[in-house]
Amino acid sequence: MTQNDAYISIRNVNKFFGSFQAIDDVSIDIHQGEFFSLLGSSGCGKTTLLRMLAGFESPTSGEIYIDGQPMSDVPPHQRPVNMVFQSYAIFPHLNVRDNIAYGLRKQKLPKNKRNELVDEMLELIKLPDYGDRKANQLSGGQRQRIALARALILRPKVLLLDEPLGALDKQLREQMQLELRALQKTVGITFVFVTHDQEEALTLSDRIAVMAEGRDLQVDTPTRLYENPLTREVASFIGTMNFFDGKVTGISDGTADVDVKGIGEVSTTNFGPRLRPGEDVCIAIRPEKLNLTESEPQQMGNKVQGLMDKAAYLGERSHYYVGLDGISHPVAISAQNRQRAEGTPEEKRTVWISWEDNAFVVLEKG
Amino acid sequence: MSSKSYIRRPNRTLQIYAAIFLIVLYVPVLFLPLFSFNDSIYVKFPLSGFTTQWYVELFHREPVWAALMNSVKVGVTTSLIATGFGVFAAKAITRYRIPGRGPLVGFIMLPLVVPGIIFGVALLVLLSQLGIPLSLYTVTIGHVIVCLPFSIATLIPRFEGFDRSIEEASADLGENAWWTFWRVTFPMVFPGILASLLLTFTVSFDEFIMAFFLSGTDPTLPMYIWGQLRFPKEFPSILAMASIILVVSFILVFIGQWINRDAQAKTLANEDKK
Repeated sequence: MTQNDAYISIRNVNKFFGSFQAIDDVSIDIHQGEFFSLLGSSGCGKTTLLRMLAGFESPTSGEIYIDGQPMSDVPPHQRPVNMVFQSYAIFPHLNVRDNIAYGLRKQKLPKNKRNELVDEMLELIKLPDYGDRKANQLSGGQRQRIALARALILRPKVLLLDEPLGALDKQLREQMQLELRALQKTVGITFVFVTHDQEEALTLSDRIAVMAEGRDLQVDTPTRLYENPLTREVASFIGTMNFFDGKVTGISDGTADVDVKGIGEVSTTNFGPRLRPGEDVCIAIRPEKLNLTESEPQQMGNKVQGLMDKAAYLGERSHYYVGLDGISHPVAISAQNRQRAEGTPEEKRTVWISWEDNAFVVLEKG
Repeated sequence: MSSKSYIRRPNRTLQIYAAIFLIVLYVPVLFLPLFSFNDSIYVKFPLSGFTTQWYVELFHREPVWAALMNSVKVGVTTSLIATGFGVFAAKAITRYRIPGRGPLVGFIMLPLVVPGIIFGVALLVLLSQLGIPLSLYTVTIGHVIVCLPFSIATLIPRFEGFDRSIEEASADLGENAWWTFWRVTFPMVFPGILASLLLTFTVSFDEFIMAFFLSGTDPTLPMYIWGQLRFPKEFPSILAMASIILVVSFILVFIGQWINRDAQAKTLANEDKK
């Protein structure tokens, strides 16, 4: 048993495929009823971790607990989890109804009870008249829903989803995201969702584990991940970020003062507990947290002058790149076009960059 | 400018080549049915007249039917055993990480290239050393060895053709390996199994060398035919029987290929839709 209230508890799990380490000492707790995402680029180990939850791979070392039970010796067909596969894995020789009812064989239900359950599911996934269709007569979105229904009909404790929206086109994907989230709220089952799409993860999840090279970099809520990334890896994976080199000049009352190259003195409350004065650090700010003005903003205390390098007009917003003295890369600034734009701003013009207090985040090394 | 694309345009040379190829391949075979309807015991031109008497005669010869029955028994047993083994071998080869998989598959496929006479002699030596009397059972053993590579070669593409996550999905939905096999794997590879049964039956039915070395007193049909070649009087009805076998073999192989191809085309179509 684990001591905390975690529903799924991944404890110090390692996984080797030969000499390749796919999972590197991962420990994650997932709560009951949570929509939890494993986010990372391909090859980061997120799918391997999901397959270990399903039982298709076993950890080389470490243990996975589901509802307090160690899962090492439990084969896939006896685990209280069900999975929606990336390819959906719809049984092509069965029709929709038989696909959905596939897992019900062991429950030995009378036929009408079974049909009732399948009808309920068809209703839930909004395909009530599709029961007699063959798998090859279905579109990608329909297959995806059937894969969902087939898993949900067994009322699993945990539903595992392996990039279920990856194969769908953008519009359908956005619609399915909303439906998936609504569905999760309705059924109240714990969802573990694997994706490489950071936007999708931010939209859907209660919490997200960002993974890279088999390690869990940070496990947090979408807002915390975006606003307070712990490391440069996480910060650059989620959204865009401006990074600067800096040196900590002092820490007092929960505020760190950092001398930032190209910017000057910055103070922020966003930093980790291990930060020490005198340390060389990486400090970062999101493009939309920077304001761009042509004249010096009088009411803002935090500001620096720069030279407009490039501007890109994107309709609802514009991206600006501003060169600062002492740094090689221009700083990215994103601004909403609240007023009607009258042509793009000239290049090679002096501008002012300003920011609110605590807009900067000090990142941990490595 | 031609409206045909580069790859689709008609190629006259290739068409002629294909025609010659088919002629060389099948014209000699067509002599069998041709002379089986010829009203003469000598196989030579000019043809002397049309008759079905050789076919009629064939129906009155007991040993022919006995030999045919032997061949059918051996063929059915062989195809069932070879296909049974083939299913498990193909599944193992395509589904599990086996160390030395390449050489293993090579060894399984070896009977395709090792001359039958060598296998025949080897098995004969082995069986006589073990003191096992030659019979239709020993012929069947020989035929299973010959047929196994055909069965596996037919089945491997079927197993490779479907997404392994489909079997995982079955496990995930609560079925153990046994039920997964019967509820998912078997129905999905069934066309391949059918094709393998037909193909291995045909191979066994036609096989001569192994039967020659390994049969006891009961001849299989090819052996019986070979025995009859010494008697010119019997020859035309052998032609008649050969013609019948030709037609039946052709139909069986054709059905087997057609079933399997149809299913593969469907799988491909599904892949495209994704």
